[in-house]
Amino acid sequence: MADILKRNKALSVNPLKASQPIGGSLATLGFNRAMPMLHGSQGCTAFAKVFFVRHFREPIPLQSTAMDQGSSVMGADENVVEGILTIAEKSRPSLITILTTGLAETQGADVHRNVREFREANPEFADVAVVAVNTPDFTGSVETGFAATLTEIIRALVPDAKEAGTYPGKRKRQVNVLVNYMLTPGDLEALRDIFEQFQLRPVFVPDISDSLNGCLTDEDFSPVTIGGTPLSEMATLGDALATVVIGPSLSKAAELLAEKTGVPTYAIDHLYGLKANDALMCALAEISGNDVPERIERQRSQLQDAMLDTHFMLGQLRIAIAADADLLNAFVELVQEMGAEVVAAVTSCNVPLLSRIPVASIKIGDLEDMELIGKANKVQLVIGNSHAVDTAERLGTPILRAGFPLYDIIGGYQKTWIGYRGSRQTLFDLANLVINYSHEEIPVYRSIYGQKPASEITNYPQTCH
Amino acid sequence: MKSTKDIAALLDEPACEHNKKEKSGCAKPKPGASAGGCAFDGAQIALLPIADVAHIVHGPIACAGSSWDNRGTRSSGADLYRIGMTTDLTEQDIIMGRAEKRLFHAIKQAIDSYHPPAVFVYNTCVPALIGDDINAVCKSAQERWGVPVVPIDCAGFYGTKNLGNRIAGDAMVNHVIGTRDPDPLPLTVQRAEIIIHDVNLIGEYNIAGEFWHVLPLLDELGLRVLCTLSGDARFREVQTMHKAEVNMMVCSKAMVNVARKLQQQYGTPWFEGSYYGITDTSQALRDFAKALHDPDLTERTEALILREETRIRKELEPWKVRLKGKRVLLFTGGVKSWSVISALQDLGMVVVATGTKKSTEEDKARIRELMGEDTVMIDDGSPRALLKIVHDYKADILIAGGRNMYTALKAKVPFLDINQEREFGYEGYQGMLELVRQLALTIESPVWEAVRAPAPWRDQGKNRLVNNG
Repeated sequence: MADILKRNKALSVNPLKASQPIGGSLATLGFNRAMPMLHGSQGCTAFAKVFFVRHFREPIPLQSTAMDQGSSVMGADENVVEGILTIAEKSRPSLITILTTGLAETQGADVHRNVREFREANPEFADVAVVAVNTPDFTGSVETGFAATLTEIIRALVPDAKEAGTYPGKRKRQVNVLVNYMLTPGDLEALRDIFEQFQLRPVFVPDISDSLNGCLTDEDFSPVTIGGTPLSEMATLGDALATVVIGPSLSKAAELLAEKTGVPTYAIDHLYGLKANDALMCALAEISGNDVPERIERQRSQLQDAMLDTHFMLGQLRIAIAADADLLNAFVELVQEMGAEVVAAVTSCNVPLLSRIPVASIKIGDLEDMELIGKANKVQLVIGNSHAVDTAERLGTPILRAGFPLYDIIGGYQKTWIGYRGSRQTLFDLANLVINYSHEEIPVYRSIYGQKPASEITNYPQTCH
Repeated sequence: MKSTKDIAALLDEPACEHNKKEKSGCAKPKPGASAGGCAFDGAQIALLPIADVAHIVHGPIACAGSSWDNRGTRSSGADLYRIGMTTDLTEQDIIMGRAEKRLFHAIKQAIDSYHPPAVFVYNTCVPALIGDDINAVCKSAQERWGVPVVPIDCAGFYGTKNLGNRIAGDAMVNHVIGTRDPDPLPLTVQRAEIIIHDVNLIGEYNIAGEFWHVLPLLDELGLRVLCTLSGDARFREVQTMHKAEVNMMVCSKAMVNVARKLQQQYGTPWFEGSYYGITDTSQALRDFAKALHDPDLTERTEALILREETRIRKELEPWKVRLKGKRVLLFTGGVKSWSVISALQDLGMVVVATGTKKSTEEDKARIRELMGEDTVMIDDGSPRALLKIVHDYKADILIAGGRNMYTALKAKVPFLDINQEREFGYEGYQGMLELVRQLALTIESPVWEAVRAPAPWRDQGKNRLVNNG
């Protein structure tokens, strides 16, 4: 539906995009006892680490193959093998992912071969899963890097049904839930609650609610993730009743999982707003054979009530959104459900989903593009990450912070957006941002014949806009 | 791409004592067990605070995408440095060899949209590897559009952050410094009775605006700061650095090559100093007077020091009582630890251990001298090792870079951030007040007890609310 406006300038100004290795790292961090290793120079890892630390306010396990001048020119195979070995020896994780960077890919690295070589030379580490993924930063974004990594992890760690003897429904309550990068730890906790109300046992793949949810543990320090999807669960995915996939970016991962296991797939684009959550509840009712629980029905009616309360503020509101495709789509549908208009939609890279997002046009670009389009279309509210705060300030609008990274607020990583309850809170947040925003206020007029006290005449209060 | 010879020349820094001494821990980074940034990281940190320049990162998205607008440095006016700019190279650019062309147009776009006085172009790994000639692109862009375009060839794989700092400094010396003379001193700021001296500060980043605690003092003394490289600097200021009478290397030796080259090329003397702590701040002011051979300045400096020290010591008195005897584990790199140790000792705190990863044997001898023979020196900066020392030596607080913040917090240990990204300024006499406030804030916080104590129902036998007997 949407017209896709491709990048037409040489310089990206105030980038919206974060790189594929960031997405790959995030996917890895959702597994228990895991360690992502970026195949590139040290800075690739250092920047990614700071990015996550500032967003999650947690220590982040992340390693580097530390390519230097010599290995960049002469080949860095040894760096990969040595890196895996060092991590395996030092912390014996369950999972190591090797994520390539632009540097390694330009050089022509073959990380899959490196992993095979490591396997052959080091049989003693057979219990350490090692998955290599091509995630160069000269293509794609966080979204595609996350999806590619999840796909490769499924390829490597989910056994084929025939070989493993798994069959759908062997575990009568288990539902696999493939979740994309936009679900926060808070979202996943809320989602687990929803599944459990249907008497279902969700297995989140990956599960950052268990590893990046801000928990204090008895252990002072762990070099690898604490919590996340246990690798042992990967072997049980084939026994599940169904797979629920959240996010169009994960379609390939979902296809692969279905192909390997034969477990039926329920694809849901996102969980923002009434319609999207209705789709989830219908799916869960069908999978579980249970009626939608009363508590959830009550939450639904609360969301409906909130929609009534907030439509005064959100109706016809001109909104600019900058986000990767899945998240962009979710927000577009949420605000359109409220009668708002998306007057600027900007995303980081071209993916199939874009063409079916229901807006007139989508710009593949950066925050400067959002600023220019927003300005031309008299935007009234911005939805974007912490980098967009300055953009919103220049546009003179409030901003709803969403996406990656969120570094100028506390607890952004934990916010619950999904479900009827999360959606209700999002509507409240949006409405509160504009409720006192006096853009439509009629300017004060003072009659030339007026008899107001002299002090008022000399000291006019400034009107907003 | 820089040749191995170029890099070796940058690594060979005669003004750095690490150059002569055997290093205690500067081995090649180990794959799978390395931490720290790259040369691009270092170069960007060093120059990004130059506030009115368009800083273009030439490379695919990861280099700029995860790092733009990420520093605590502040500007008093221009804020172009906070606009992230990158060529965001795509696969097609790389395969088809279009990266140079994109860069050329990117420079034009930056000039057209933002009218900067100069453009800095940072080279990164991918274009370095495919052989983009950024020097040539910058040169022709400069000729074409008449705006200075400075190449900073700092691909990440060239080496460490420290090397990146030097590459940045080198680029300033080679392309920017000496291209303009300072403005004549306006009549309004001249004072009949004193001589105004021109000076530079190298390696001062104005984190959280902390240099603004110091600058008024320099103004008062009649020291005109031509340029701070690079905190709150402007391109036109960097251009004039060659005209200073003396340079101060602040805190770190990261850009010591700038001081050395300015001495070689223009004969400018330099000294090393710091504005952390009362003692060091006073010392730095005295060193200016000494290097400038101005007896009148010396006299006025002593008077100012006396006034400021008396004032600040009085204001610190109530805080000192609260912090006295508290035990600190300080983990910072190299020279920075010196100034902080002095600041902490000014407060009567005990530094139980300090990082020496980047120190020479000579440094270590000085640490022993300052802190006593029993001082623990830490080479291994891994989180586990740091925490062990915190526990073994009963440290009340860990002072380190932001990277270690969550290591400390997860282990329920009080923490103070001393690095680039912090939000508080500690420089100068006035900065000490902020430092003590932050130290007390974390050390005395009631949260430590709350997070360390087990849940009441875990504490068997005690705290029973209902007695069944």
